Amino acid sequence: MILYDYILSPSCYRVRLMAALIGRRLDLRPVDFHPGQEHLSEPMLALNPAGTIPVLQDDGLVLTESTAILTYLAAHDAPAWLGEDTPAMRARVAQWLAFAQRLTDSAGAARAHDMLLAEGEIAALRGQATQALRELEAALSAARRRGEGFLAGNRPTIADIACFPHVALAPDGGLPLDPYPSIRLWMRAIRALDGFIEMPGIHRLHELKPEPGPMPEVIRKEKA
Amino acid sequence: MSETGAMRDHWYPVGMTKQLTEAGRDTLLMGEPIRVFRDGGQPQVSDGAGRALPVIDRFGHVWTSLGTPAKDLFTIPEADQPGRRLVDVGVCRVRCSPLRAVENFLDIAHFPFVHTDILGSEPHTEVERYEVEIRDDVDEVWATKVKFFQPQAAKSAEGGITTDYMYRVCAPTCSVLYKTCPPKPGEWDVIALFVQPLTETLCDVWPWMALYDDDAEMTDLIHFQQMIFVQDRSVLENQLPALLPLDPGMEIPTRADMTSIAYRRWLKRHGFTYGAQLVAA
Repeated sequence: MILYDYILSPSCYRVRLMAALIGRRLDLRPVDFHPGQEHLSEPMLALNPAGTIPVLQDDGLVLTESTAILTYLAAHDAPAWLGEDTPAMRARVAQWLAFAQRLTDSAGAARAHDMLLAEGEIAALRGQATQALRELEAALSAARRRGEGFLAGNRPTIADIACFPHVALAPDGGLPLDPYPSIRLWMRAIRALDGFIEMPGIHRLHELKPEPGPMPEVIRKEKA
Repeated sequence: MSETGAMRDHWYPVGMTKQLTEAGRDTLLMGEPIRVFRDGGQPQVSDGAGRALPVIDRFGHVWTSLGTPAKDLFTIPEADQPGRRLVDVGVCRVRCSPLRAVENFLDIAHFPFVHTDILGSEPHTEVERYEVEIRDDVDEVWATKVKFFQPQAAKSAEGGITTDYMYRVCAPTCSVLYKTCPPKPGEWDVIALFVQPLTETLCDVWPWMALYDDDAEMTDLIHFQQMIFVQDRSVLENQLPALLPLDPGMEIPTRADMTSIAYRRWLKRHGFTYGAQLVAA
């Protein structure tokens, strides 16, 4: 599978992260999105007339929407990531995949504006992103009260991977995450998944590394 | 404090030469609106009143000054050596003092924690003693004999190596580092950080490189440096106080911070205080 990729793109990172979590090797083709605008070059437009990345190519299939790529990767290699096979759960996943696009268009656009000088009405973008983050916080808070840690049930699905990058990178666009405790716990759970990989601006959980030495006596006692 | 002070008469990057258009782009230099454009093929910069500002086209970027620079923009002789690939990395905007952006570039101690498994890794976190001086003849800050263990020092590096570094501050908001060049032992890779001060707490950063690397694709070289810089960005945006303190007392430096101490001393000596704060004694 070939992924046309940009290291700083949260939508490309969705795909890289998903692939890493399910152990799928991708053949990465870096696209000089910034400053070179290569995504608007003739060969790239021939591949994807919309002029966006990521683009995934596999066996004659060309996918240009990152959420569709997540669906494909999961269906291909790890169907459990599609969510439980019930009408309600499949619909919930689809609902969050659509919501992820709202994050791209708001928080993602705010970040591109603040960091890479992209065009945009920054106040309006931050307003829309804040609205989306509040909805996500409310949903995750309700899920926790039901005893669920992820967006569609008790295991991570493509819905979580679709929403995670733009949420985690929201501070890059002037959107601090301090007001959203449930979002922060959820992000921590995703960063703790086996096979998790970083992107610039999203750090790994250093503190989850094994302790350097034996646990101090006092803590051992408390745990016991 | 928002006086441009002594920094007014120095050169600053305001755009990539390759990206200039006749329509131009509006931007800021130390709080003042300027326009950077191309006219008759030549880069031009004008201030808010339409007055033409001085222009230098060098290192792939357009440079200007709001004042009257007493000397030419610095040079990087190594960058002129044949066979080097010149890399325009592209702009990245950061909500921080332009001086903090430079200071972060001079710091090695954060490598294992911010650029984990690339420019540093645990437990190789010690910064060994190195040498720092303010060279009066050229009026630049230099740090030499810097050594650090790096898992992936450059796009061209295969496996971990102990990398030698030299750092140079050659203008108030510009620094150049020289580091071990994995494919060409004996030569230095050149990596520069050119910072455009938009305001005292907002800057556009234009990284630029002159590398010996015949194998990597240009896009890979750009992405490697963008990855490194954006790993720094969120840290820079959260540093407090926002303005760089030039007087001791606000922050406690350690031995690894010798370059930063010299940089702050040099800034203070010259009255380069745009983006800085001085504490009343």
